[in-house]
Amino acid sequence: MTMVLTEAQNLLKDTARDFIQSKAPVAALRQLREYYKDLPEGSCNAAAIELGYSQELWEQMSELGWAGIVIPEAYGGLEFGYQGLGVVLEECGRTLAASPLFATVALGAGCIQEIGSDEQKQTLLPKVAEGRTTLALALEEHPRHTPTRIATCAEATDDGYTLKGFKTFVLDGHCADQLVVVARTSGGIEESEGISLFLVDANAPGVRRSRTAMLDSRNVARIVFDNVRLKSEALIGMEGQGYPALETVLDRARILLAAEMLGGVQECFERTIEYLKEREQFGTKIGSFQALQHRAAKMLTEVELSQAAVMAALSALDENSSNARLLASLVKARLNDTFELITNEAVQMHGGMGVTDELDIGLFLKRARVTMQILGDSSYHRDRYASLSGY
Amino acid sequence: MDFNDTPSEAKFRAQVRAWLKQHATPKINGVAAKRKLPEAQQLQAAKHWQKKIYDAGWACITWPKAYGGRGGTQMELVIWREEVADYDELDGFFTIGHGMCGPALMAYATEEQKRHLLPRLASGEDVWCQLFSEPGAGSDVAALKTRADPCGNGWKVNGQKVWTSGAHFADYGIVLCRTDPTVPKHQGITFFFIDMKQEGVTAQPIKQADGGAHFNEVFFNDAEIPDIQRLGEVGGGWKGALTVLMSERMAVGSLQATGFPELLSLVQRLPLEDGFAIDNAAVADKLADWYVKHAGLKHTNSRILSAISRGAPPGPEASIGKLVAAPMNQDINSYAVQLLGMNGMVTDPELAEKQAHFQKEMLFAPGIRLAGGTDEVMRNIIAEQVLGMPQDKRDDKDVPFNEVPVGV
Ligand SMILES: Cc1cc2nc3c(=O)[nH]c(=O)nc-3n(C[C@H](O)[C@H](O)[C@H](O)COP(=O)(O)OP(=O)(O)OC[C@H]3O[C@@H](n4cnc5c(N)ncnc54)[C@H](O)[C@@H]3O)c2cc1C
Ligand SMILES: Cc1cc2nc3c(=O)[nH]c(=O)nc-3n(C[C@H](O)[C@H](O)[C@H](O)COP(=O)(O)OP(=O)(O)OC[C@H]3O[C@@H](n4cnc5c(N)ncnc54)[C@H](O)[C@@H]3O)c2cc1C
Repeated sequence: MTMVLTEAQNLLKDTARDFIQSKAPVAALRQLREYYKDLPEGSCNAAAIELGYSQELWEQMSELGWAGIVIPEAYGGLEFGYQGLGVVLEECGRTLAASPLFATVALGAGCIQEIGSDEQKQTLLPKVAEGRTTLALALEEHPRHTPTRIATCAEATDDGYTLKGFKTFVLDGHCADQLVVVARTSGGIEESEGISLFLVDANAPGVRRSRTAMLDSRNVARIVFDNVRLKSEALIGMEGQGYPALETVLDRARILLAAEMLGGVQECFERTIEYLKEREQFGTKIGSFQALQHRAAKMLTEVELSQAAVMAALSALDENSSNARLLASLVKARLNDTFELITNEAVQMHGGMGVTDELDIGLFLKRARVTMQILGDSSYHRDRYASLSGY
Repeated sequence: MDFNDTPSEAKFRAQVRAWLKQHATPKINGVAAKRKLPEAQQLQAAKHWQKKIYDAGWACITWPKAYGGRGGTQMELVIWREEVADYDELDGFFTIGHGMCGPALMAYATEEQKRHLLPRLASGEDVWCQLFSEPGAGSDVAALKTRADPCGNGWKVNGQKVWTSGAHFADYGIVLCRTDPTVPKHQGITFFFIDMKQEGVTAQPIKQADGGAHFNEVFFNDAEIPDIQRLGEVGGGWKGALTVLMSERMAVGSLQATGFPELLSLVQRLPLEDGFAIDNAAVADKLADWYVKHAGLKHTNSRILSAISRGAPPGPEASIGKLVAAPMNQDINSYAVQLLGMNGMVTDPELAEKQAHFQKEMLFAPGIRLAGGTDEVMRNIIAEQVLGMPQDKRDDKDVPFNEVPVGV
């Protein structure tokens, strides 16, 4: 397990920081929020797509190669590994930079990479790496993360399938070009057996999408599949055998999301420590009060443990370690808890300023609450960690 | 220690219940819908309700009848609050006025002022605000800089306050000003009340992270206050302020919601992966833990009030109520939102379940841990005043205010 970044990874981190800080500071999210606020909810079609991120930023990120960081060279990517994508997402987390990077690369392309046919990889991955195609994973059907509880079904037809059902809270699904849809081809509602993955054109007849802006000003889609006709080539991997691959992709995504959360944690923590050293009450810096010092020290220990866990998990992915599954639950539960703690403490220690809209801390708190839910909350992952460990 | 109503208290409770049942709006599924209205409509509804209870003789239960109150006991006030909490009625607009400004007027205003102003405050005709905090004086409120300089028959006020709840619609405010910068900070402060609609007073709402804008920056620009509106001695403002803050403790401490009843009502109905949330062992464990605290808090308040009803002055113990309830309220609402999953991340009241009740509470809760003295200030009060521990070293305390070194 490598617990330090290589020179090349460090270089990437520095580039990412410079780029994100100048091109997508927190102020950029505020601008998006003001703009999207005025658009009617639910409006979403190919002609009038509201992205929820800046297309220009996404193009620039793709030019830097970020969309292809984990895609093999053979398919036009950089093959730079998960630690590389992790440091980029961490920097994005520091400014709450909104982009389709996570949904497209970690979730959508992740499924193609994992079990797609060579033809699917050839046609899709180079376009993803260039930033020309965006993807989303249409998985959840319930407000709480339950990846096996799939009712959406794909019924076999002469030349393919008919897809019926609906998905909800699909991250950036309102504007993705292609959807990876998790559907049942056999088996009962809770079974992992019988789950298949399909590649579906987001604008195919029978696909209806509507957008909802969440607490963190990012967008999710509710998607209805009304007898959508699919060719047999739409199937990704083997029929009914999609779940193990899906779980692997979800674990990677959990770890990558934790890396983004770590960026938010660090930013809030650093800003709070700075404030403690700057704000004066009773003729002295408030950071001189031991009541606050001890809590700052406690926060540091949590931040450090979280950082170490994220690094361990990312390197487990790059080393293809069998431990990655366990680490994914560990790291997601830990970052959920740490992000909640740090954002709560940040607000409290900023006093009245902390509850204003003007201070960025509130935006981090909102992002924290949403990321805590995505791909499993702490109780989900504690439970999963225990089951995987056999207790 | 009286945990149960005495016969006369029980009789009072029955009267209150009967009246409320006939006149108050019930909650639906434990949720108070009026709190989701736009602020202007809320204020109107609150004033309407206040007038109604005033006319029926339930307003400001502990205040003397001559000043618009009921002439009742603290215990009766608690009973009223417990009972009215089950209904969808608004009283938050008057918490500061009734809890802090009223008592300040009773302690320091002239008889004529009291007879004129207090009934208007009790009936909801006037709304009052509290102008203590400043950008540089929050926890250290005694470091305030807003000046009041003698001028003709009164004072001329210049400076800035911040976080003033309700200043944008308030009719009057109680304000602390520095009248003598050459003495140590606690000794140079004077207490006044001021007409918020007068010239030289401007309120500028501050947008909160939860989307509301209930508090304000308030600017004083040569705002004149007649000397008759001085509350207490010149230079005696800190003592007055502490009296008011202690009243606030009683007003807010025993009032502060824990969020427990709403959580209970949620988990009884909320389906999780394997049945209703309340049947989940982990949820039940949390619930029991919070119930213990919730009940403990209720009994602690009763104990304090029993002491008060026997004539003891409200002590610093009252800080316990806020210190327990406010963080608990934050935890409970965070947990509720978490149980709701991604549904808890939708804040549009048109789309979200229960009109986004828990989402809003979750975002508002951190402010309650700060308003009226932060958790940390409450803990300092308990350590220093209840436990008698030596006070933190404070270098600025005995130095004339204008000689305290200024930092950032
Ligand atoms: C929703 C809301 C409504 C409010 N309404 C009003 C109002 O109507 N009128 C009014 O006058 N004010 C009002 N306030 C202001 C409130 O009283 C102050 O915010 C509060 O006293 C803290 O002051 P501050 O914001 O300057 O934070 P600071 O005092 O700067 O505190 C920053 C942090 O340092 C901590 N700290 C400070 N001193 C110490 C110490 N000695 N030991 C340990 N920790 C310490 C604080 O607890 C906090 O965590 C309101 C505030 C809020 C959030
Ligand atoms: C929003 C808010 C709410 C608060 N609520 C409460 C509360 O409910 N109960 C409570 O007890 N305190 C309350 N306080 C006051 C709090 O205890 C202190 O303000 C805080 O701990 C900071 O300490 P300090 O040095 O300013 O005041 P303190 O720790 O109170 O010290 C004041 C010092 O000044 C001296 N002093 C007091 N009065 C005078 C006077 N008239 N003239 C000269 N010297 C004087 C005292 O002897 C003492 O040495 C609250 C403060 C804030 C900001």
